[in-house]
Amino acid sequence: MSTLEPGLDPQTDPYAASSRETTEGTVYTVTGGDWDELLGETTGDERIVINMGPQHPSTHGVLRLVLEISGETVTDCRLVIGYLHTGIEKNCEYRTWTQGVTFVTRCDYLAPLFTETAYCMSTERLLGVEVPTRAQVIRVLLMEINRIGSHLVALATGGMELGALTGMTNGFREREEVLHLLEFLTGLRMNHAFIRPGGVVQDLPEGAEKRILEFCDVMDSRLPGFHQLLTGNAIWQQRLVGIGYLPLDGCLSLGVTGPILRSAGLAWDLRKIDPYLGYEQYDFEVPTDNAADSFARYKLRVEEMHQSLRIVRQCVEALEPGPTMVEDAKIAWPAKLSIGADGMGNSLEHVRKIMGQSMESLIHHFKLVTEGFKVPPGQAYVPIESPRGELGAHLVSDGGTRPLRVHLRDPSFVNLQAAPAMCEGGMISDVIAALASLDPVMGGCDR
Amino acid sequence: MADDEKQPGVPSTGAGGASGPTGATADREIRAESSAGAVAQGPLEQHRPHAPTVTGRAREGMFGIDGSGDTSGFGGLRLPAYAPAPAERPYGGWFDEVVDETAAALDEGGVTTFEDAVPQVTVDRGEMTWYVAREHLPTLATTLRDDPALRFEFCSGVSGVDYGEGIPQQLHSVTQLLSMTYRRRLRLEVCLDLADPHCPSLVPIYPTADWHERETWDMFGIVYDGHPSLTRILMPDDWNGHPQLKSYPLGGIPVEYKGAEIPPPDQRRAYT
Repeated sequence: MSTLEPGLDPQTDPYAASSRETTEGTVYTVTGGDWDELLGETTGDERIVINMGPQHPSTHGVLRLVLEISGETVTDCRLVIGYLHTGIEKNCEYRTWTQGVTFVTRCDYLAPLFTETAYCMSTERLLGVEVPTRAQVIRVLLMEINRIGSHLVALATGGMELGALTGMTNGFREREEVLHLLEFLTGLRMNHAFIRPGGVVQDLPEGAEKRILEFCDVMDSRLPGFHQLLTGNAIWQQRLVGIGYLPLDGCLSLGVTGPILRSAGLAWDLRKIDPYLGYEQYDFEVPTDNAADSFARYKLRVEEMHQSLRIVRQCVEALEPGPTMVEDAKIAWPAKLSIGADGMGNSLEHVRKIMGQSMESLIHHFKLVTEGFKVPPGQAYVPIESPRGELGAHLVSDGGTRPLRVHLRDPSFVNLQAAPAMCEGGMISDVIAALASLDPVMGGCDR
Repeated sequence: MADDEKQPGVPSTGAGGASGPTGATADREIRAESSAGAVAQGPLEQHRPHAPTVTGRAREGMFGIDGSGDTSGFGGLRLPAYAPAPAERPYGGWFDEVVDETAAALDEGGVTTFEDAVPQVTVDRGEMTWYVAREHLPTLATTLRDDPALRFEFCSGVSGVDYGEGIPQQLHSVTQLLSMTYRRRLRLEVCLDLADPHCPSLVPIYPTADWHERETWDMFGIVYDGHPSLTRILMPDDWNGHPQLKSYPLGGIPVEYKGAEIPPPDQRRAYT
């Protein structure tokens, strides 16, 4: 026997699993780390099915996983969704087109402004109206701020699920900045209902530019922290590199879009490919990667936040005075809002006018608010690039004041289909890393 | 129906024949009254001009008043049902090219022709919709995906639309296709009868259609023949009914607010 060098040769490795025959049967010697070898010999057809979720801190919301495992290896992965189904699409059919915004904003609760925009752009295509420039810029501005917030949550919850709790606290701390800014700009932290068919509900408040630029500076100082904390971190890399692999052909056949598709090397970003709301006038890059794994997606999200900050700064410059709602008084919601003593409400001036001076204004206000506007019959599908990928709003009108059908093609729903392709054959712990890189939001998935 | 070339000996009920992709019963014609019975279509019958797809209901009265003896004049408002107009050539833009390429590719394949597979083409608001004969949907989708000049390699989604009671072929299965190569979007629509809601599945061609079709089955009850496991996805497994159908109530209870009772949303007055 030669001198032993542990780990070099399984034949001579003293820590390798071994077995010997005795009169009492086979005796196995297992020293750790080699359960797979041993189980491979003895388990046979035995299967273990474990249930994970829907109430589980690592499943990214009320997502349920049914995993069939062999040892620590996942052999079969099935996803069960629907725990957050709230019938938003059905409810929209019983509300006016404007009220629909307040429903769809509750779908993807991390990116509410994207759902609002997709819905409103689809409505506007049906109406055949063009949104004023200032409203377009405000929409882009809000969406990009929202994109930063959404990616921050993706990093934060992803970090939490992998045990990087500082990543979580930092991510949520930064997201608070986003929410504070959005609250200042739209009045609410989430469920804004700020973007309406025809434009936005009201203009930005006074001092908005200054606050936005301050926010950009804060983000500039804090975003590099993620690189310092996580990107070079050996544990973070070991948990993510090569995990959740989904190559380009898999992405295309499974309909996967967003950072996952871009991590596979295709620079498919609807903001560049099919610019809407004047995205062609902003200077920004679409980061891509070739690794097609969770680590690549993490890096892309961090980079996309920097690009969003670039767009936000350009939006502030592009903000020219002008109307924020279409001129057509038959469509423009009479949202003459102002900050009153009890929070936000109708401006007293507007109330005074419609109640005291102009009967026609009162009738018009009443008709538009209770009855809504009529939308010519037809259908439209408008896709936009949400933080998670292609978010499409398929709206059908039969000519009435309510939508006949509202369907949201939510990227969370579609991307989740790719989870089995990413997880099967890997370890249970990697299921979490792969799912976190998908960044599903169950509110959008189940609608 | 009088000039139909009926084939004797063919089962005369719509559900009698195979309703899958190869079934000959897929009845493309739109009938307001199907009491005559859905007759299996003979091959010659396919050359009949296609009746426009109706996707709206005729409206009467401004406030939906009927049977009330209303003499205010509001009841006199009458609007015909909306039907998306078949587009005329040239369609404009890349639309003509895609139609020509598809027609050529289908001819080459020899299974069907464009006229049979797509009885109606509509171009509306810059979007192209093909109303597809359901038995030809898999052939058409395969052609659209694989032909080098078409390359609709990406399926954005499948969903349903229920146009409501009284509309012929009220259920529509809508597929959004995307060609990343040429940056084009195309909508395929299959119109179905509520009594025979069968549509061939696109899962073998676009695996992403899996969950979309399960959702559409769940919400509308459209049966996608050939789907690997058509089960409910959003509603619980033991749920009854298909919630997105217009005949399915929204539910809700009246709410008292400042002394007044507000009825649930589906019982409030509608102005459409």
